[in-house]
Amino acid sequence: MEYLSIFVKGIFVENMIFAYFLGMCSYLAVSKTVKTAVGLGFAVIFVLGITVPINYLLENFVLKEGALTWLSPEYATVDLSFLSFIMFIAVIASMVQLVEMIVEKFAPALYGALGIFLPLIAVNCSILGGALFMQERQYPSIGEATVFGLGSGVGWLLAIVAIAAIREKIRYSNIPAPLKGLGITFILTGLMGMAFMAFMGIEI
Amino acid sequence: MSTETTTAVEPKRESLFSKKNRKLLTDPLDDSNPITVQVLGICSALAITVQVQQAVIMSLAVLFVMIGGNVIVSLMRGIIPDRIRIIVQLVVIASLVIIVDEVLKAYSPDISEKLSVFVGLIITNCIIMGRLEAFALANKPGPSMLDAVGNAMGYAWILLAVALVREVFGSGAISFPGVGQVKFLPESWFMASGGFYENNNLMILPPMALITVGVIIWIQRSRNTSLIEEN
Repeated sequence: MEYLSIFVKGIFVENMIFAYFLGMCSYLAVSKTVKTAVGLGFAVIFVLGITVPINYLLENFVLKEGALTWLSPEYATVDLSFLSFIMFIAVIASMVQLVEMIVEKFAPALYGALGIFLPLIAVNCSILGGALFMQERQYPSIGEATVFGLGSGVGWLLAIVAIAAIREKIRYSNIPAPLKGLGITFILTGLMGMAFMAFMGIEI
Repeated sequence: MSTETTTAVEPKRESLFSKKNRKLLTDPLDDSNPITVQVLGICSALAITVQVQQAVIMSLAVLFVMIGGNVIVSLMRGIIPDRIRIIVQLVVIASLVIIVDEVLKAYSPDISEKLSVFVGLIITNCIIMGRLEAFALANKPGPSMLDAVGNAMGYAWILLAVALVREVFGSGAISFPGVGQVKFLPESWFMASGGFYENNNLMILPPMALITVGVIIWIQRSRNTSLIEEN
């Protein structure tokens, strides 16, 4: 039940885009057609699902104060958390590179679909944001951290596919010229965010 | 600087404030604004604009990281291997962000609390990566620094504009770093003490940040019609 609650929260209540604006850059840049949006969305779920648990292990066995006690009890006071940014981003950048190579080798069809998006993801704020929220919220086990990562990814996919579908439709609408493109996308995202606020406070 | 030799030789030395270099400073304020035109660095711009004070601190942090990152990468541009340049850039940025984060934690813990994960997210702020890729890797430290200042300013004025609108209408006050929130309406005007004025709480919620930026883009593009998109 705990897992389900974290998963649903990640998708709706604490949606990466509508509640925290994470990953907005690629959200705005790659949402012109539904097809590419779906591709990028799945790539984000994939990478979040891998990097959040890895960063969780890193946080709990290396970086946190007293995390190094498994090496020797005298490290109980060592606090490396000031290194967390650099470690997280290094993990993310190298994981993305690794995932790209593995997918290219073993699943060429998937690579064809996700290929161009994977490098983009290393600098997608939602991935680092996922790691930092995981650190801030102190999930009790790796399972919960993974579910949180996957839930946030699904929420991100939902948001980008929805806005891409609206943008495909809106191409034929009569929008004031200065508002075309970026402007109207911002306002639409705001309205969608208001709709998503209806989920606030839901407990499962 | 031994790294200088690998890049193209410029025909003649130009002064730091030549016309071309001044354009580096002024262009990002309007014609190539990082937020409203290049669409970079939106995440942080929206999330921390509830109060002017946070926006000021965030802008200063981004200014520092951008100048540092641009100058360092520009100095190293001859020795960074092309294949691993993204990781090198990320490490440079991440180190600068750690400095900012530690300074903030030491000197203003309450602001650091409010900015929470968004200081860390400066690392993936696309403006910084974008400028490193597009400018610092191909230019000398001097112009790179000007480019950094220009883009950070372009980012800062949008941030401050959004924060001002949201705070004035959402909290009926303006806050400055070091001073705290200053209410400019008399207390007796508010509904709570029997007056007629009520803050618009919607302004504080996330969706209004997006709509405010949308409206700023609308105003900017109706004045500067060359920026209008086809569809």
